[in-house]
Amino acid sequence: MQLSTITDNLDLYLEGFVGTLQLTALGALGSLVLGTVLATMRVSPVPTLRAGATVYVETLRNCPLPVLAVLLAFGLPKLGEPIRSFSFFTWAVLALALYHAAFVCEALRSGVNAVAPGQGEAARSIGLTFPQTMTLVVLPQAFRTVVPPLGNILIALTKNSAVAATIDVTDITNQTEFVINDTIDPLAALAGAAFFYLLLTLPTGLLVGRLERRTAFSR
Amino acid sequence: MTALTAYGDPLGPRGRRRTLIASVLGGLLLLAIAAFAVDKFADAGQLDGARWEELLSAEGAGAFWRGLQATLKAAGAAVALSVSVGTLMALGRLSENRLLRWAASLYVQLFRALPSLLLILFGFFGLPALGLDVSKYWALVLGLTLYNSAIFAEVIRAGVLSLPRGQTEAAYAVGLTRRQAQRLVVLPQAVSRMLPSLVAQGVVVLKDTSYGFVIGYEELLRTGQFAGETTASLLQAYLIVAVVYIAVCFALSQLARWLEGRSARRYGQAGVSVRGVEDLSTGG
Repeated sequence: MQLSTITDNLDLYLEGFVGTLQLTALGALGSLVLGTVLATMRVSPVPTLRAGATVYVETLRNCPLPVLAVLLAFGLPKLGEPIRSFSFFTWAVLALALYHAAFVCEALRSGVNAVAPGQGEAARSIGLTFPQTMTLVVLPQAFRTVVPPLGNILIALTKNSAVAATIDVTDITNQTEFVINDTIDPLAALAGAAFFYLLLTLPTGLLVGRLERRTAFSR
Repeated sequence: MTALTAYGDPLGPRGRRRTLIASVLGGLLLLAIAAFAVDKFADAGQLDGARWEELLSAEGAGAFWRGLQATLKAAGAAVALSVSVGTLMALGRLSENRLLRWAASLYVQLFRALPSLLLILFGFFGLPALGLDVSKYWALVLGLTLYNSAIFAEVIRAGVLSLPRGQTEAAYAVGLTRRQAQRLVVLPQAVSRMLPSLVAQGVVVLKDTSYGFVIGYEELLRTGQFAGETTASLLQAYLIVAVVYIAVCFALSQLARWLEGRSARRYGQAGVSVRGVEDLSTGG
């Protein structure tokens, strides 16, 4: 185990680090958009939309991420053009976004449900309209409860982006496999990978912990 | 909450009509998406019976069954080991000995911040480099254990901290030592309280065993992939693997939900929240 294993391959690690950052950022964006749509469907009074979103959440939440990733990346291209020409990077982002959207949906939904019904009733009783009730009373309170869980999902997403390595997309884990093969020094290579992951997950974790404490008093 | 309310207020006739129209339109939209997907599959000839026959024959199904057994075997061992190590780490973090507390915290904070795939690779490449020649099975189980024991430690610690202090005090009052109090009074109650979370995390372990295909452990995903390659129906094989995983994990998730309802009735609240354990509801 030598430190030079890491320092000599720093360019590989940095490339992987950038890859992990891209996957995480795009995956987070996608899951936030899709998750919001799904959450809206799940709290809407429209039965079919609620049922559709529920089926989506239960299916994706119970499907292992690696299975989803290989199903998308190796399975779906069999459907021919234009799906065939998607890059593996696109599939990795899609897998991360589709998977985490289910969790984002649940976090948002429980945030809205956590606002006491009395809040909405009080808003209505002083004459606010439904949009006013939502934007001025319910959503600001829901937002407070939702930020820490969303932060936790972001951390999970960062770690789960390692799934990209299973379909050979450049990220920290995938680059680490190259370093292991090149140097035959797995311990140092893995320690290097761990360092770069901690660089991402630890600060996010601290931030989320602080937000959690700050928003804890609200109810 | 009944279906036909707009934030607390029952809907009037117009609102109900609008909901009905939206419901029909929404249903049609979802059906259209499903029909489009089926059409795509049919166009590419992916729904042809020949592509499924071999996979679903007795021989094909047998392969999936063996894969599932290997998956369950690895997941079971990983859960058992993780709970054991996790309990020790939880006790370490709650210990009065500062060094022990510090060491257990380091373990937990380090391993829960890393991807489980990386730790499985550590089991596969790292342990042999340390002179520990392990099979693929143990590489997977130990890798999963490193990650999940850190999570289980947090779950169990949260369970212990959620107990009223009177439990420990009462145990001391009847003359139990600290160790006896932990073993006989605190831990059993903590585990019973955290049972829903423990089962939910078990689902995460089960899902993560599918990373075993990376190191060539013959679990469900790997056997499915192999079956798909030999019969030239990869997409179908992956779909079957996904359905099997979803069915098993869904059943376990429902069990966790049922346990949660039971413990909510028993302890008068909707479960015990585990601060800082993100994986239970975040897909880690």
